[in-house]
Amino acid sequence: MERAVVTVIGKDRVGIVANISSILAKHNVNILDISQTIMQDLFAMIMLVDISQADIDLSTLRSEIEAKAKEMGLQAIVQHENIFNYMHRI
Amino acid sequence: MPISPQEILETIRMIRMEHLDIRTVTMGISLLDVKGDSIEALAENIYKKITERAKNLRDTVEEVSSKYDIPIANTRITVTPIALIARAKEDDDLFPIAQALDRAGKDLRIDYIGGFGALVHKGCTPCDIALMNSIPRALAKLDRVCSSVNVASTKNGMNMEAILLMAEKIKETAELSADRDSIACAKLVVYCNAPEDNPFMAGGFHGVGEGESAINVAISGPGTVRSALSRLKDVSFNELTEEIKRTAFKITRVGELVGREISAKLGVPFGIVDLSLAPTPEEGDSIADILQAMGLEECGAPGSLAAIALLTDAVKKGGLFASSSVGGMSGTFIPLSEDAGMARAAERGSLNLDKLQAMTAVCSVGLDMVAIPGDTPVETIAGIIADEMAIGMMNNKTVGVRIIPVIGKKAGEWVDFGGLLGKAPILPVSSFRSDAFVRRKGRIQAPITSFTN
Repeated sequence: MERAVVTVIGKDRVGIVANISSILAKHNVNILDISQTIMQDLFAMIMLVDISQADIDLSTLRSEIEAKAKEMGLQAIVQHENIFNYMHRI
Repeated sequence: MPISPQEILETIRMIRMEHLDIRTVTMGISLLDVKGDSIEALAENIYKKITERAKNLRDTVEEVSSKYDIPIANTRITVTPIALIARAKEDDDLFPIAQALDRAGKDLRIDYIGGFGALVHKGCTPCDIALMNSIPRALAKLDRVCSSVNVASTKNGMNMEAILLMAEKIKETAELSADRDSIACAKLVVYCNAPEDNPFMAGGFHGVGEGESAINVAISGPGTVRSALSRLKDVSFNELTEEIKRTAFKITRVGELVGREISAKLGVPFGIVDLSLAPTPEEGDSIADILQAMGLEECGAPGSLAAIALLTDAVKKGGLFASSSVGGMSGTFIPLSEDAGMARAAERGSLNLDKLQAMTAVCSVGLDMVAIPGDTPVETIAGIIADEMAIGMMNNKTVGVRIIPVIGKKAGEWVDFGGLLGKAPILPVSSFRSDAFVRRKGRIQAPITSFTN
């Protein structure tokens, strides 16, 4: 399984999860886990997703998600999960 | 154990808010097998080899950068020191080879190409002399080519004639780029104990002990270390050290990941991660600011050597465990103009050339990006280089001198080199002369500590 982490940061509002999920569903990307937290007074939504069955590559998926987040006045970051495993696990 | 949201956000904070990035991915390429019947033919063959070997470098770097949302500031190439392969006579002009390197760099869309250099720590061949004489024009006329010349080593001593010659070349380089605040000198380093796998510029080259090619990675993270330390108040030195080690570990892991992945995609062996903390002129991405976060009023205040020794050592201890292979410079960079905090300290008067030089004795990596008055005599520049080389030689460490005599400007005036090179006030130099000393012939013998066999 190849996984990526989608993080959306900004002011909380209606439709964040719905909007991002619909892009993921459209491209056959399965959501494995989802959580919400606060980072320095900003809302942060974090999704762990499975991209192994996706119909597009990671950089195209990133562009679509970033564009949608920008439309909602938010910032989206899409990263392959390896960076977190490397930094935080030995 | 799954990665927690806090860990994910810590990574994002380090990248997006604290300037964590990969300073450079540098591909080393051996030119030892490249030949040519003339300098022009050799130049053409060098161009062909580099552009073939590195044809996918830039695209691969961009792909990996995007995959992990980690900025990679520069893509670079290093090659075998040109003086080793040029087979030139003393009065030959090696500018065509520098042009070929520059053209290869431009066509490959990379930022810098290093290796227009020579290794002369014990003596100079006619080709070494030809290369050193070709440096000023190459650096002044071309954008991407960088030069380094190793003039001293712990094992061999200091080649004082080469030091004087390089002081002259620095001055010539400054004069040829006088219309741009002598900026061409920013692409020239004079070394003691030069590392053979250094991904940083201007001193990077692909050493003769290296293989056919390698991917070397340099990380950058002063902003991340500063933020980590500023979240701690009134802690002991032990806790300070532990926090730096933890941060260095995480930063280095990013370098390791990026280096391994690019290496695998290109089918080129992974060389090293360079653990150096390299500042940028960005606000907060500063070594001087780390010293402030440790409790010094300003960089250069008494205690600065102790603080930077602690920092450098802790970064190494944290970083060494994080990478399968560490090399290059792996010290703390204190380039005056590239670090806004260092430049501020010089302006405030807490930092002068002598204090800066003292700091290089404990933290690597030499007098870096120091602007001095344009009318500084060649012999004084040679004296400054000799002092720095002596620090490296006696302490068995790498040091370099990247000094910029800014033609037409005086001590105290500011000079702005732009971009990552930053800006700084011009530091005054001693008015006492070194002429009769630096004009002696021969070399300073290797120190007794080099006889370890």
